[in-house]
Amino acid sequence: MTAIELVEQGQLTTRPDMKAGDTVRVHVKIREGEKERIQIFEGIVIGIHRGGSRASFTVRKVSFGQGVERIFPLHSPTIAKIDVVRSARVRRAKLYYLRELRGKAARMKETKRAQ
Amino acid sequence: MVTGLIGKKVGMTQLFAADGTVQPATVLKAGPCVVVQAKTTETDGYEAVQLGLVEAKPTKENKPSQGHFKKAGVPATRVRREMKLVAGGDPLKAGDQVNVSMFADGDRVDVIGTSRGRGFQGVVKRHHFKGGGASHGSMHHRAPGSIGQSSYPSRVLKGMRMGGHMGDARVTVRNLKVIRVDAENNLLLVEGAVPGGPNGVLMIRKAIAAKPIRIPTVEPKKKGKK
Repeated sequence: MTAIELVEQGQLTTRPDMKAGDTVRVHVKIREGEKERIQIFEGIVIGIHRGGSRASFTVRKVSFGQGVERIFPLHSPTIAKIDVVRSARVRRAKLYYLRELRGKAARMKETKRAQ
Repeated sequence: MVTGLIGKKVGMTQLFAADGTVQPATVLKAGPCVVVQAKTTETDGYEAVQLGLVEAKPTKENKPSQGHFKKAGVPATRVRREMKLVAGGDPLKAGDQVNVSMFADGDRVDVIGTSRGRGFQGVVKRHHFKGGGASHGSMHHRAPGSIGQSSYPSRVLKGMRMGGHMGDARVTVRNLKVIRVDAENNLLLVEGAVPGGPNGVLMIRKAIAAKPIRIPTVEPKKKGKK
């Protein structure tokens, strides 16, 4: 184990096995004063950047006709949990081409996930 | 007591706080070091120690330096640096070990290293000149502009900032906060960046100009009419 892995070890959390094309529901902890609540961000994973505790993933959704992308640190303590809702067959690791597509063109073929 | 030790940069990572904020951190492999020579006022005119960084791979030394290590009775080390001493603690002698447990979490350290070499660079990159306009017929893109006056002084003043070799110089970063000390693996985690690339040799010393940590005090709100 390298020294960096040794340092990052304690930060790693268990996250579901995601890949680009998956539709996920990210449960984000939001702090409002003293209260804490959960907000859900649902969208398609358009890319995952690996790298120990520095890993991150980008979720894209179209909200009221406006494309919204959010980059989450994969092991951030503000993420309560991640649900994988759907998986789709994709031929790229990074789905940045979805940004140019709208409506029907941005659909993807669903694949069966191994449960 | 010795003020610091020799280390190597491993790389950077980040640490999460409970609220999700991310803190940049550099992992350093600090020590273990061995005292190769103890310098004293009588023999050298000042007090210091010469430390050697203990590495797994053995080093080949020439005969004069072999003799230097033989005198100390320690195996030869590739990297050697001199460290100052401060009063207190047992006086160090050749063969003594110095390791990362000399630092504690929350300490401030200075890290001295050699910055990454950038080769010959222009003034925009090297001295942060603004540069000229890119378009609209501008012919002044990244040029330095005027470097002085005319008949008086008829020369370029010393220290004029120009293009030239950048990087590969000794750089000190002061007052880096120690986030974690892992004495078992000889690792030191400091906040922020340190000079040079991975495997670069660093000197890590106790901060010479550390400011006391100030805890912000919250003033009680004044009651009454606005």
